[in-house]
Amino acid sequence: MCLAIPGQIVELLPERDNLALVDVGGVRRKIDVGLLADDPVRAGDWVLIHVGFAMSKIGEKEAAEQMRILAILGEDEAAMREVEGYG
Amino acid sequence: MQATVPKIRFRDAQIEMAHGAGGKASRRLVEGLFVPLLCGVTPGSLGDAAHVQMNGTRLAITTDSFVVKPLRFPGGSIGELAVNGTVNDLAVSGARAETLVVTFVLEAGLPTDILEMEIRAMAEAAQRAGVVIAGGDTKVVEHGKADRMYISSCGIGRLMDGVEISPESVRPGDRVLLSGPIGDHGITILLARGELDLDAEVCSDTRSVLPLVEAMAAVAHGGIRWMRDPTRGGVATSLNELALDCGLAICLAEEKIPIRDTVRGACELLGLEPMHIANEGQFLAVVAPEQAESALAALRATPGGEEAVIIGEVRERPAATVLVSTRYGGTRVIDMLVGDPLPRIC
Amino acid sequence: MRFVDEFREPELISRTAQEIRRLADPNRHYRLMEVCGGHTHAIYRFGLKDLLPSNIELIHGPGCPVCVLPMGRIDDGLSMTAQPEVIFTAFGDMMRVPGTRGSPLEYKARGADVRIVYSPSDALKLALNNPDRHVMFFAIGFETTAPSTALTLMRARKLGIRNFSVFCNHVTIIPAIRAILDSPDMRLDAFIGPGHVSTVIGCRPYEWIARNEGKPIVVSGFEPLDLLESVLMLLRQMREGRAEVENQYKRVVPWEGNSAALKAMAEVFELRPYFEWRGMGFISQSALRLRDSYAEFDAEQRFQVPGIRVTDPKAAQCGEVLKGVLKPAQCKLFGNECTPERPVGALMVSSEGSCAAYYNYEHRKASLVTTVAPAF
Repeated sequence: MCLAIPGQIVELLPERDNLALVDVGGVRRKIDVGLLADDPVRAGDWVLIHVGFAMSKIGEKEAAEQMRILAILGEDEAAMREVEGYG
Repeated sequence: MQATVPKIRFRDAQIEMAHGAGGKASRRLVEGLFVPLLCGVTPGSLGDAAHVQMNGTRLAITTDSFVVKPLRFPGGSIGELAVNGTVNDLAVSGARAETLVVTFVLEAGLPTDILEMEIRAMAEAAQRAGVVIAGGDTKVVEHGKADRMYISSCGIGRLMDGVEISPESVRPGDRVLLSGPIGDHGITILLARGELDLDAEVCSDTRSVLPLVEAMAAVAHGGIRWMRDPTRGGVATSLNELALDCGLAICLAEEKIPIRDTVRGACELLGLEPMHIANEGQFLAVVAPEQAESALAALRATPGGEEAVIIGEVRERPAATVLVSTRYGGTRVIDMLVGDPLPRIC
Repeated sequence: MRFVDEFREPELISRTAQEIRRLADPNRHYRLMEVCGGHTHAIYRFGLKDLLPSNIELIHGPGCPVCVLPMGRIDDGLSMTAQPEVIFTAFGDMMRVPGTRGSPLEYKARGADVRIVYSPSDALKLALNNPDRHVMFFAIGFETTAPSTALTLMRARKLGIRNFSVFCNHVTIIPAIRAILDSPDMRLDAFIGPGHVSTVIGCRPYEWIARNEGKPIVVSGFEPLDLLESVLMLLRQMREGRAEVENQYKRVVPWEGNSAALKAMAEVFELRPYFEWRGMGFISQSALRLRDSYAEFDAEQRFQVPGIRVTDPKAAQCGEVLKGVLKPAQCKLFGNECTPERPVGALMVSSEGSCAAYYNYEHRKASLVTTVAPAF
């Protein structure tokens, strides 16, 4: 149920709608992007892939934010709480 | 004198693919059925080759069979595997392969040009490896059997001076060396079957490891405790076999284990464990700590050994276990392969 | 690898682990349950338990869709191989799961046409390429996987495929969590929520856990940093006396879920009135079946399945382990009659099952004195 990995869309494939070529660490695979029909993918987007289907787009902004928050852990608790919207 | 009756401990009702995968099931078959009936009651540990003495000369002899689909794949073919695989089995037993004899089981209907390509590949591989193919046998079976062709090769070679391999000689503190990146061969075969919509720049690592073993033996021969070529079942299976044979713990540092990005990506995509994937051009060595650095240096200085690395060490406990530790202090046990490596979705 | 390696960065992991140790109340024993096979696997694979203080206990709940499948259902699926035109397809996870007369791999060894697929669309492709055969896809998985099966069926319909069917064993997570919380011998403090299921269902479905049951729940990703950050977020909630749904896996999980995926599921599937979960008994409205409009693709209707209920041996204590009441090693069969190679109970059949994971990754570590990384 849970093995899903990030991959980057290389190109949308013309042979069928909803098919895209994705790159995972240098390995390329065709995947179905039909579940993202409401917010279509473009080349360069990062998606989460599970059983050959793209489940969700990966938000680079959110990922960067998470790393930033974790990086200041322990350094200044007050600053961190402010960043997270508490206090 | 009482005759001891060999006890058969193999209880499976039929043979499954798992019995040939190189992991636990294979070991059960060999230890439970073959060894008791063929080798007598005290088999000792199971090595890659048998050591024999003939008129004072110490020889090693080994045999292996090669079943692969497809026959040709990026980086090699069944013919090359048949030569390199046997040369490597002898090399990791501490022997220089000299002569091979081969058996072909061919499927009726196999095009001659395919067979010729494989024979040429074998000739080239034999020349590169410095061995002579002295003879063999051929059988032809009906169309539908033998997956086009099966090759078996038997090799004999002289044991290198000063190299005495045995799991019993392994001690806590010994270092575990690996000659290069893992998983290339198994992933190549998987992708070459074409059943997956996967495309990657990866090719089999099939090659003779004899030059590397010789380079290492030249500087560290007294300190080489054990070697193995991690074919089916991968490094995890080979090291688990060692751990079982010597009763000690093998502790690996995960981030030290070299793996190409594409192999890693393919394993992640498919849910496969890289340490269970077959290799055809790598070997593991356990070396005494005093000689480990010079052994490593010798490997790195030899063409083809540039990516050699020390991946772990032997410890007292937990007994008969292979442990892998992560960079941040977590550890896990990695077991022998149970059947064929199966991808997971979960 | 992007979006993977950054979340395995040792410095950040060590800081987060330190913060966890700082925040955990030494006078409290925390019991946190995760309900996702992927989380179970990640926790063991990365050795995360070694990074947590001993008063934080991670319990593995019913998150493995393979493990909770009753043996009778596996028998039903395998019975379809009796027809020579059938190609039995399933994910790798299913291949070694034993039915009464053997696993799919064992059936294959006896001559049945059993093939591993990596996607339901692989199974459909097989049907397209083999018009004279019938391809049956043994579908398993929670809401993460069901939408893919749904889309595949919609595509099969669009293409007018007639030689394809699905044996649907998709289950849903919320009723399982409810069953855990309703269980009288359960004692849990909080939940680590399933990250990939949530990409489909979103975070709203968990609100009742916080509101009605008063348990914090953090929807978590799968990398070591994700899981540690989620534990941290749960600790903060408990310290502050809060019980809320929080989304740690923001880079992937939308609060509202995936509407296209939910729509596809609604088009193709409906809820079964009840379904048996191995080790947990019958749970109502907890599994999916094909709607009447897709009856032509329903393997259960096309094939006569035995439908015989197979109960696990009484000695197997899967139910208690699933609910976190017992640890795997405390079950009498663990490691003896029941091993990953010869599984007796549900939790040993798949590598995500808590017993299998514990067996494969952990139990031999018991004699390890320290967990300091080797100094070479």
